[in-house]
Amino acid sequence: MYKNWWKILGALLVMYATIAGFLHSVPKLPILHESIRNLYFHVPMWFSMIILFAISVFHSIKYLLTNNATHDLKAVESVNVGVVFGVLGIVTGAVWAKFTWGQAWSFDVKQNFAAIALLLYFAYLVLRNAIDEEQKRAKISAIYNIFAFPMMVVLLFVLPRLSDSLHPGNGGNPGFNSYDLDSRMRMVFYPACLGWILIGYWIYTLKFRVRALDKYTTL
Amino acid sequence: MTLLNQVKFLVKKELLLEWRSKYALNGVLLYVVSTIFVCFLSRVSANPVTWNALFWIIMLFASINAVSKSFLQESKGRQLYIYTIASPHALIISKTIYNILLMMLLTVIALGFYIMVFGIVPADLGLYLVATILGSLSFSSIFTMISAISSKAGNGGMLMAILSFPVIIPVLIVLIKLTKNAIDGLDRSVSLDEIGMLLVINVLVFAVSLLLFPYLWRD
Repeated sequence: MYKNWWKILGALLVMYATIAGFLHSVPKLPILHESIRNLYFHVPMWFSMIILFAISVFHSIKYLLTNNATHDLKAVESVNVGVVFGVLGIVTGAVWAKFTWGQAWSFDVKQNFAAIALLLYFAYLVLRNAIDEEQKRAKISAIYNIFAFPMMVVLLFVLPRLSDSLHPGNGGNPGFNSYDLDSRMRMVFYPACLGWILIGYWIYTLKFRVRALDKYTTL
Repeated sequence: MTLLNQVKFLVKKELLLEWRSKYALNGVLLYVVSTIFVCFLSRVSANPVTWNALFWIIMLFASINAVSKSFLQESKGRQLYIYTIASPHALIISKTIYNILLMMLLTVIALGFYIMVFGIVPADLGLYLVATILGSLSFSSIFTMISAISSKAGNGGMLMAILSFPVIIPVLIVLIKLTKNAIDGLDRSVSLDEIGMLLVINVLVFAVSLLLFPYLWRD
């Protein structure tokens, strides 16, 4: 039990964030209206995805240093879970954009770059399928994973700054900091981020354990 | 032998091999020239924005073809021979230098021909030239590493395209923006951001390749 406190914390935080996210009062703003609540669901997806990809790179580096197959399994499973979070991030963003920008895909820089960043990781998964030999696959995909990570950072954090985005907080649109004068939204937003990151990490450990059982037990 | 000496010899070897067969240079030059002709003959409306985008698309495919040869072309026996006499760092540096030289020559010739055929001269030709040189620099540094990865994966051209496109797209976007500024003849200080960005991406990619290549090279 004492080792599982973070799982319980994650579940409670996500439950709190979902309930409070729909019921808690939000600032009344033109255009955004109630859709501002998407902040509690859309943004945590991206944070979780980035954390999971960072875990994956960490294990890829560990794999190259130790040649231990466990690290390879960890790297691939965290990418698998991270990609799911990324897709959820794009979908929640597209649904929100449909109502606030009028179009699900508005060719906004952040939308495009997020999609390209996901392509990087789909390429990683394709690369894994292209190689049959297990150790070679582990090594080459670890190298590509480490090579791709700085590019993802550039895509998600640097390039969008160079041009205007429709996203709140960019291109003259007021950001979430300026809406949230009395920190009402922060009380839900920060727990939501933490909760989703914990849940993402939990799913990844589960998937890794299933994969490891598949690999190391001969039934 | 010191690293510098090894790099010098390996670059010399590449240049000598290329000079004897003139295969890569002539082949890719013919490829670029015929693609430009196809574009011209299909009567693409010579709107400067389209003109610019078309140039980079042509260069993208030409450079994938040119650079992917660098590792895919080498036979297993020769790779083993180089492995025994040179350090992996020397190899990746020399390949990158050779590819940079090849790509610079190629892009400048292609640009000259492209301007001649379409009769459009960018307002700020100097900046456009700087952009093409930066472009060939980043194309060769990224594609050299990716071609090493895909050659080790033993799955040739298909994998090369899948792995390199998501990595090159951010560079391409910055390049197109930079060259657009050059076409419009904007003040050069406007473009400093993009030039800095490209240099940072190049340094990043080159540093990561240097770190990772020794792991890739050792079978």
